[in-house]
Amino acid sequence: MVSRRGAAPPGLRSEERATREGGASRAPRRRSGSTVSRLALAREIAESVPDPELPMLTLADLGILRDVSANGDRVVVSVTPTYSGCPALAEMRRDLTLRLEAAGLAAEVRTVLSPVWSSDWITAAGRRKLAAAGIAPPLPAPRRGGPVPLALTPVPRDVACPLCGAPGAEQTAAFGATACKALYRCTACGEPFEYVKEI
Amino acid sequence: MPFDTAYEAITEEADAGHRWAFGTGFADPLDGVDTTVPHGVEGADLSAYCLMLGDDALIMSHRLQQWLARAPELEEETALANIALDLLGQARLLLSRAGAADGSGRGEDDYAFGRAEREVRNVRLAEVADADFGGLIARLLVFSTWRLALLARLRDSRDPVLAAVGARGVSEVAYHRDYAAQWTVRLAGGTDYSRARIEAGLAAIAPLTPELFAVTDVERRLVAAGVAADPAALREEFDAVIGTVLAEEDLAWPDAPALAGVAGQAGRHGIHTEAMGYLLAELQSIARSHPGATW
Repeated sequence: MVSRRGAAPPGLRSEERATREGGASRAPRRRSGSTVSRLALAREIAESVPDPELPMLTLADLGILRDVSANGDRVVVSVTPTYSGCPALAEMRRDLTLRLEAAGLAAEVRTVLSPVWSSDWITAAGRRKLAAAGIAPPLPAPRRGGPVPLALTPVPRDVACPLCGAPGAEQTAAFGATACKALYRCTACGEPFEYVKEI
Repeated sequence: MPFDTAYEAITEEADAGHRWAFGTGFADPLDGVDTTVPHGVEGADLSAYCLMLGDDALIMSHRLQQWLARAPELEEETALANIALDLLGQARLLLSRAGAADGSGRGEDDYAFGRAEREVRNVRLAEVADADFGGLIARLLVFSTWRLALLARLRDSRDPVLAAVGARGVSEVAYHRDYAAQWTVRLAGGTDYSRARIEAGLAAIAPLTPELFAVTDVERRLVAAGVAADPAALREEFDAVIGTVLAEEDLAWPDAPALAGVAGQAGRHGIHTEAMGYLLAELQSIARSHPGATW
């Protein structure tokens, strides 16, 4: 069974959708430049930035967008890193800044280190997009805190094949092409696929 | 402007030469993070401590990177690259924290590429070269078992950056430890030859292990301030985990005397093994030949 848990990260109001400033008559011109419309535009832009290594996912899908707020004339967008050394986040931060600047927003991107990101924060929509792209979404992450158990054999995970849906795929490698993934092979259809590790 | 692909982005004129490849040329990894030093803590101490833990990760990561294109299987190469990348990410945060804590404003690159051997503070276990894959696995087992115990305690640090490095690092290094532990068991239970290689690997690094639990004055003060993890307190967990792994295939921990330092000083004081000079030459020569260069 693939988990659909995907608890939303603190501080993210994903349901808050606003119209793009100056677009299709829904955002009246006279509101142009107001704090509310600037923040709504900034949030919409931030939510749509794709992950260069998992291009089917956006910042919002990954659950790393933590806050969009105003600091005087500037828009402050806060994001949380995934893995310590993940280069994709640097690309996303950069892309985010460039997109906000292109929209005429003076922007600042801040890093929020705590609480640390969990794969549980990947949204339900993000999980569907992963599976549709042939990548198995993560199972629920282990509970945090306390002693870390040692595993002398590969940790058994009940990963379902994203192609044929059969359960019980076997792990072929604990590490994959990016920090966030392991490699599996379906025992029913034989297809090899990537699995986003639970963390 | 946003780009369709990462390749388009790095070839863009507007880039002004700040990046030469995907994921490079980006700003301080602590950009926008509150780096205030906790009340009652000396900034110089906190900085020195961050360099110790950051250098452990930086130097170990560099040794792991030397395995790329030399690993016995593609899967192991991928694993070692991933572990090296996790450690490099931890090093970046810690070295940046060091520059913010002591008020010098030095960045991660200044520390990584601009320090002489005596100024680098990693434990000597991180710097020694691996004779073969068995040697690497033994060293990675000891390093990750020790570092995991350390990071787990850092989660409660009064310094918010160290606490975050601990919280993130625990899940990463737990994965590294499992990888090394599973290979240790597999090599020990394989052929006579593979068992001899893991035994030789353990014998090579056993003399470097006591240093992991030695306490410096900086650590003593920071432990008292609730910022650092006490190295001496990690021994019990370390012995229990290593004992569990070795018992699986009836391996014995080698009975070897500790590698001597100089007048009681070792890696944490900048006293290193001969291997360190060669490692730093490889790591730093380009940056030193072209100071301030960008690509």
